[in-house]
Amino acid sequence: MSGRRVVITGLGVVAPGGVGTKAFWQMITAGRTATRMITAFDTTGFRSRIAAEVDFDAEQLGLSHREIRRLDRAAQFALVATREAVTDSGLDAGRIDPTRTGVSIGCAVGCTCRLESEYLVLSDTSKEWVLDHNYADPHLYDYYMPGSLANEVAWEVNAQGPATMISAGCTSGLDSLGHAADLIREGAVDLMLAGGTDAPISPITVACFDAIKATSPRNDDAATALRPFDRTRNGFVLGEGSAMLVLEELESARARDAKIYAEITGFASRSNAYHMTGLKADGVELGAAVTSALDESQLPPDAIDYVNAHGTATKQNDRHETAAVKRSLGDHAYRIPMSSIKSMIGHSLGAVGSIEIAACALAIDQGVVPPTANLREPDPELDLDYVPLEAREAQLDHVLSVGSGFGGFQSAMVLARPGSAA
Amino acid sequence: MSAAVVTGIGVAVPNGMGKDDFWAAALRGESAIRTVQRFDVSSYPSKLAGEIAGFEPTDHLNGRLIPQTDRMTQVALAASDWALADAGVEPDTYDTTEMGVATSGASGGLEYGQRELDNLWGAGPDHVSVYMSFAWFYAVNSGQISIRHGMRGPAGVLVSDQAGGLDAVAQARRNIRKGTRLFLTGGVDSSFCPYGWVSRMSAGDVSTSEDPATAYLPFDERARGHVPGEGGAILVVEDADTARARGARPYGEIAGYGASCDAAAKHGGAPGLRRAIETALADAGAAPGDIGVVFADGSGSRADDRIEAEAIAGVFGPGAVPVTVPKTMTGRMNSGGAPADLAYALMSLREGVIPPTINVRTLAPGYEIDLVIGEPRPWQPGAALVLARGKGGFNSAMVLRAIA
Repeated sequence: MSGRRVVITGLGVVAPGGVGTKAFWQMITAGRTATRMITAFDTTGFRSRIAAEVDFDAEQLGLSHREIRRLDRAAQFALVATREAVTDSGLDAGRIDPTRTGVSIGCAVGCTCRLESEYLVLSDTSKEWVLDHNYADPHLYDYYMPGSLANEVAWEVNAQGPATMISAGCTSGLDSLGHAADLIREGAVDLMLAGGTDAPISPITVACFDAIKATSPRNDDAATALRPFDRTRNGFVLGEGSAMLVLEELESARARDAKIYAEITGFASRSNAYHMTGLKADGVELGAAVTSALDESQLPPDAIDYVNAHGTATKQNDRHETAAVKRSLGDHAYRIPMSSIKSMIGHSLGAVGSIEIAACALAIDQGVVPPTANLREPDPELDLDYVPLEAREAQLDHVLSVGSGFGGFQSAMVLARPGSAA
Repeated sequence: MSAAVVTGIGVAVPNGMGKDDFWAAALRGESAIRTVQRFDVSSYPSKLAGEIAGFEPTDHLNGRLIPQTDRMTQVALAASDWALADAGVEPDTYDTTEMGVATSGASGGLEYGQRELDNLWGAGPDHVSVYMSFAWFYAVNSGQISIRHGMRGPAGVLVSDQAGGLDAVAQARRNIRKGTRLFLTGGVDSSFCPYGWVSRMSAGDVSTSEDPATAYLPFDERARGHVPGEGGAILVVEDADTARARGARPYGEIAGYGASCDAAAKHGGAPGLRRAIETALADAGAAPGDIGVVFADGSGSRADDRIEAEAIAGVFGPGAVPVTVPKTMTGRMNSGGAPADLAYALMSLREGVIPPTINVRTLAPGYEIDLVIGEPRPWQPGAALVLARGKGGFNSAMVLRAIA
């Protein structure tokens, strides 16, 4: 099966600032931000009280009452994104071969919203440690074991091939696409619904990040709170959302004359084996992931035209990934743009890697590099071109996206303009 | 393309910790099913489980790590140590970049999570542990194992309920084929806390029997659900050539893998297990007759038992291959169950004996399988098939082959 190639033929995005791929792309190319005061719950007593929330009207977006009752918010996002991606791909649902179709969905914290709200019911708001099972929701197992997210997508598109959730923390959204590409290349499937989803804006998750001061406490200026590569940065802002992509074997996409956004030419992941939350400034392992993804793409470092950064606006990440990109791309790193769309949509943990790949596919397709918003006072120690504030037009043949996450995981993916792959 | 072989077994299951104990207990048919001790189950309809007894975190981990980790991580870290020791891998055997980690976890560190939910809602946001952010999430075991053993190669985490344990090992094999030399892989689950317990019960198939001898009877005419278990296995998987070069003695080769998803009810509901088996056999280049034993998923629920019995009989012929469910001694360990079954299968390949299924007496009518009941059975080791199914419709199958 060697020689099989993987292309992106459909996009579906649920992101803060506007549901749907079109609204998402307009927002990030305009440099608008969706970070704001949290409306999902009362944040009194929390350190960071801001987030990038999706204005998500499930009913208006076509979910049934049963779906809304049964599904955690992360699953609801994924279903809406899946439906958009399938429509966008032009696939005829009746002609999909179910046994040659699979699902790979990235998610870092699973069905946290429902796990927390059900806990409050079962424990009578934490008065009881031995929970009262008589109050258990009949779908509680699906929240407890969030691989259910993969099942929901599989049922939606009638996929009967391999299905799984990939949960490597904040690289999940890249890793799920890498896994999907592997399954197509090795011949296990011809078509994958792959992407990521996460809905972490719940008290327990916000409190987790509060506890280690990873999130920005800039509660008085929520709209500009997430400032990657800026001297005044002080942490990330939690986001939520989903991107689901239709990935297809190149020849079958060509045979049906599908629109091809981009080809996935390479992917690699590495562990830093250093710390569950800390990063070393040298960026060695992320750099190694980039080099390995380039090798798989059979591309030299100077083929890369744009880097979509992890860009979480923590000091250690900014330095770590800047070092990693220099280490892997050499002097070429200074000649190309590198931007963080998290500045606008927040950090949606296991979803954001897939949302960023959707952005990369659109960047290639539209010839536009999205900016890093809120970058007004560049950190003098960081010396790459971080595309402050405004989008740029550019022909992009090869694009690199990187991610880094708790657990020490480091991932890199390379996309090519259709017809530009080595 | 390099073959992937298993050279080390690290296992912690309710009836035995470490390779020697778990295997001896399996051959004795020793059940670890009893009333849950870790928390008060008296108010719940389901009371029985397989718990790991006598696991003291301080025996295995330094004191600093213990408050940072859930039990599922503590057990996984100990199992990873045992696996490397069993494989005879020294810290400098491979470069750190040549080693990776892929694990599965179905429910994360939920015992830790329940405690922190209690802290948050009982005392306030500033009472949540600084370790919570990375102690309960599903990726915790891959992260902690990579740190403990300095493994800087590829990392992966897969969540697909019981099937995830095989999916993780398959990802390890995929990366060995791409050039990584060694993987620690498998899965360990616990979540033996009230929230985990209530969550499991909500699925409706946890046995409410209070008799350990009849609570979990896969394929039996009296089947009435399953008993949960905790634990699992971490395995050392290596590139066959470099394993041979360093003088390792592999237990077996990971020869084939297949995965599928059942069709949704609205799409006809066709089970996918047989397809997963056939894919794994084809991947291994094996005919049904090459398989000498099947380690079944053994759901213990009537509908799923029937699907599995029909898939096995359909592929291999009625009663044509011995089938066993050692999980009858331990309970079902979520993502740890299938890695533990791989460990049983690998020991069977080495020792020439199949561990038994206990407590089952009479198969339900129409199940045309040869279940190894009560006593171990000798066999001529060739190849073994391990099956794992997860809620929602996950099916995975893996073929292990003796080293020629």
